[in-house]
Amino acid sequence: MALPESGALPTLSPDELSRYSRHLLLPEVGEKGQQRLKAAKVLVVGAGGLGSPLCLYLAAAGVGHLGIVDMDRVEESNLQRQVLFDVNDLGRSKAERAAAHVRELNPHTQVTVFDQALTADNALSIMEGYDVVVDGTDNFPTRYLVNDACGLLGIPNIYGSIYRFEGQASVFHHGDGPCYRCLYPEPPPPGLVPSCAEGGVLGVLPAVVASIQCTETIKLITGIGEPLSGRLLLYDALAMQFDELQLQRNRDCPLCGDKPTIRELVDYQAFCGLAAQTKPDWDELSVQTLKQRLDRGEQMTIVDVREPYEWEICHLQQAQLIPLQSLESHLSEFDPEQELIVHCKSGARSAKACQLLQAKGFKHPVNLRGGIQAWAKEIDTDMRKY
Amino acid sequence: MHATLKVPSPLRRFTDNQSQLDFEAVTVNNVLDQLFDRCPEMRAQLMDEDGQLRNFVNIYMDKVDIRERGGLGAPLTHNCELRIVPAIAGGRYGIA
Repeated sequence: MALPESGALPTLSPDELSRYSRHLLLPEVGEKGQQRLKAAKVLVVGAGGLGSPLCLYLAAAGVGHLGIVDMDRVEESNLQRQVLFDVNDLGRSKAERAAAHVRELNPHTQVTVFDQALTADNALSIMEGYDVVVDGTDNFPTRYLVNDACGLLGIPNIYGSIYRFEGQASVFHHGDGPCYRCLYPEPPPPGLVPSCAEGGVLGVLPAVVASIQCTETIKLITGIGEPLSGRLLLYDALAMQFDELQLQRNRDCPLCGDKPTIRELVDYQAFCGLAAQTKPDWDELSVQTLKQRLDRGEQMTIVDVREPYEWEICHLQQAQLIPLQSLESHLSEFDPEQELIVHCKSGARSAKACQLLQAKGFKHPVNLRGGIQAWAKEIDTDMRKY
Repeated sequence: MHATLKVPSPLRRFTDNQSQLDFEAVTVNNVLDQLFDRCPEMRAQLMDEDGQLRNFVNIYMDKVDIRERGGLGAPLTHNCELRIVPAIAGGRYGIA
């Protein structure tokens, strides 16, 4: 990114000079660096696990204008890691609440709220004019969308990603450096890689990755240090190890290669294999219908494909536990002609189980819609939830 | 050549929770063949139907992408470290 010259930089008020005194003491930052932060416009995409510390630290550092994009509402399970929110924010717009907390933290930071999904239709207009985009997204379609839009607009993309105990960070679209498509030309097909919602994430993990993203953002804006461009930083919280891998721009990259073919944004749901969500070939069962059939005393085979630790939290008395990963090796225990009701937490893993059962010749796999979450919400409200 | 393969946590359920495996091999392909013998479910995670490394999985040898070193046929250096680095997204994947 081009650094603004001194003459074009905003001056710092006495309040700001006091607030940012620890930055001003750093010769590498100094007053000019702080003025550059004040002049900077940074867009944070996603106000979740990564976005929470991103917004807090960028505002605290004195970034003059922060844009926050998120369409979600705050849920209780967010509070384990999304430190921007508290119990009073439950059910409310993440982008709006994030902006409110940021304004309380630093009234010198202007905030623009985008309480909406970032899509191929609005991404360029939302992102245009920002100096840096920080990727705090939690899904592949938006990650590729952010990457491509940054590439088309020529905006650096500060990348971070988390899963369970591990994180990745890098800087894309900086000078002649690589982009996310150079790292991963294609996303995994849906279902192959478990999400944090299925596999979990250590609550403090995003703080580490986001602080690296903030550091890189501040470095780019102030023009100090060596950017994390052309390098992929890996963080393993369990081993407490950082590792750095070399990344090179892919000359065949369709976005930033020698002969780019991507000249406009595409359908990222389709690119990630999520476009045609057709009706499944197997039957689905509501928790109400299951309850009625159980009350009638019907004999049914119900398989819970969650993990043992989830079973310990709550389970249906009539179900048997066979985690999805070991389901295939248990298929001989069942009659392929019989109805087999499968459930998980919310219905995604049991859909994969139905797909497997069907592929193996089972005639009547049935997915319990909404999983045990729906059962706990609509049938047995005393059941332990997680 | 001795090689150590580091397995990221998303894939450890296929390696009996082992984070690191040791091999005696000549090329990256040799290591993967032995890996798939020991942990058969890893094959579908790493390789496509044509036997090529999937586009959302990278393997690095001593911090450099094996694609930069000649791909799956790349010769190992003694005591090299191989690292599998899959794409990770975070919270959800469109459908949860």
